[in-house]
Amino acid sequence: MPLWLDLLVRVVAVVAAFLVLPLVVGQTEHKVMAHMQSRLGPMYAGAFHGWAQLVADGVKFVQKEDITPRAADRQVFRLAPIVALFPYLVVLLAIPLGPGGLVAQQMDIGLFFVLAVLGVGVVAVLMSAWASANKYSLLGGLRGAAQLLGYELPLVLSAASVAMAAGTLSLSGIVEAWSPWWLLWQAPAALVFFVSGLAEIRRPPFDMPIAESELVFGYLTEYTGLRFAFFLLAEYVGIVVIAALTTVLFLGGWHGPAEEHLGWLWTLAKVFAVSFVVIWLRVTYPRLREDQLQRLCWLVLVPVALAQLVLTAAVKVAM
Amino acid sequence: MSEHGERHLPGKGLINGLAVTLKTMVKPSTTQQYPDVEPDLPPRSRGVIALLEENCTVCMLCARECPDWCIYIDSHKEEVVVPGAARARQRNVLDKFDIDFSLCMYCGICIEVCPFDALHWTPEFEYAETDVLDLLHDKNRLGDWMQTVPAPPAHDVLGEPSKEEATAARKVAGPGAATPAQTARPAGRPERAS
Repeated sequence: MPLWLDLLVRVVAVVAAFLVLPLVVGQTEHKVMAHMQSRLGPMYAGAFHGWAQLVADGVKFVQKEDITPRAADRQVFRLAPIVALFPYLVVLLAIPLGPGGLVAQQMDIGLFFVLAVLGVGVVAVLMSAWASANKYSLLGGLRGAAQLLGYELPLVLSAASVAMAAGTLSLSGIVEAWSPWWLLWQAPAALVFFVSGLAEIRRPPFDMPIAESELVFGYLTEYTGLRFAFFLLAEYVGIVVIAALTTVLFLGGWHGPAEEHLGWLWTLAKVFAVSFVVIWLRVTYPRLREDQLQRLCWLVLVPVALAQLVLTAAVKVAM
Repeated sequence: MSEHGERHLPGKGLINGLAVTLKTMVKPSTTQQYPDVEPDLPPRSRGVIALLEENCTVCMLCARECPDWCIYIDSHKEEVVVPGAARARQRNVLDKFDIDFSLCMYCGICIEVCPFDALHWTPEFEYAETDVLDLLHDKNRLGDWMQTVPAPPAHDVLGEPSKEEATAARKVAGPGAATPAQTARPAGRPERAS
């Protein structure tokens, strides 16, 4: 296969996943949240249980007026949604889908790359908060900055634990080195990574920066139309990315029966299972207050992650 | 709360919360998708008031008792000559009977108070208008609503017999028979503590 065709196929596949998977997760969220609240969710759009609801939402957002507040910093305000969205697209390049190198871009430092790029999302929150020229946005953004910077640490520490266990930073290498007993060995790291990941994508119960009932819509208050749709897309892509990372690092990625042929299926199934858990947590739990959030991070997650690092090192040395 | 000394495992509340949402998810939802599906209204639902004009004697009790003064009545007297009677009889004829549903609070006092059963509840509720003046239903429209009045629900088996039934039963039993008050089942009154 000529190089240009190979590259084209990979890029198109990643962009397709980037556009389709969040919509599926979003529609699942509508329906799952609805049924967990004893109601039905979207039923009209698309005639079969409202499957086209998000498509209809996309069309609605596209035809809205493009408003930038007069006092806002125009360039920064307009760039923020792109800065929020782009890192997730780049992370999807590194996620291994199946055995035998079924990944858009094989990287030896895949995990390091992914964690570094995820950090760029923090800048987007601060950009939108500051550029909005709105008190509520600024408050939301600063809360967001504190939250995101704080939760980077347990995220990185728990990821480091599994990298140590596998002996490599390459995501494909980590999946290949995985074995079922890791579910037990890396369980604390898995929980810490998942919770930190939730906080990184500002999902309930960690949605203090948005906090609809308190801050109007936090750093997203001034956004309407297509820019707002991009932020919303970023939220759902974030869910897909965190679910994919949890799957690849802690749940064994493409491992499963008939993994030579169905590895990609197991990866996708695990990603959707983890996304379901993300939605489930959103429906069940109330929002954490800012101080409770920071306390959880620094007094619970960081020590547990450090203890897991010690455990991993001890077991690696003993084996 | 663990004030009574029972210590819960940390995280038990979190797991219980997850169990509740999962259980609710797997149970089918009872949402009725109106307007594709007509709602199941309970018996004696109050939707709109219907007027049976032939029963109305224009006693004006409904207009008087309405707390909101939303019933407007106009009438005139007509003479009816009865052959062989000493003088002509007079009867009230209803000219205008309007209920203003923008004021009506659906308390039902007019229906309760009407001695001639001229007013009835019906469960029809789809009469929203774009102009508030169209919420004044005139005599003809109120008469049309009569077609939607359901049959009254059956009497409660364990309830007291109505006056009509009691009178009829007494007549059939003849004079000196036991009255319902004497043969009624004793009500389950709780013993007073002495």
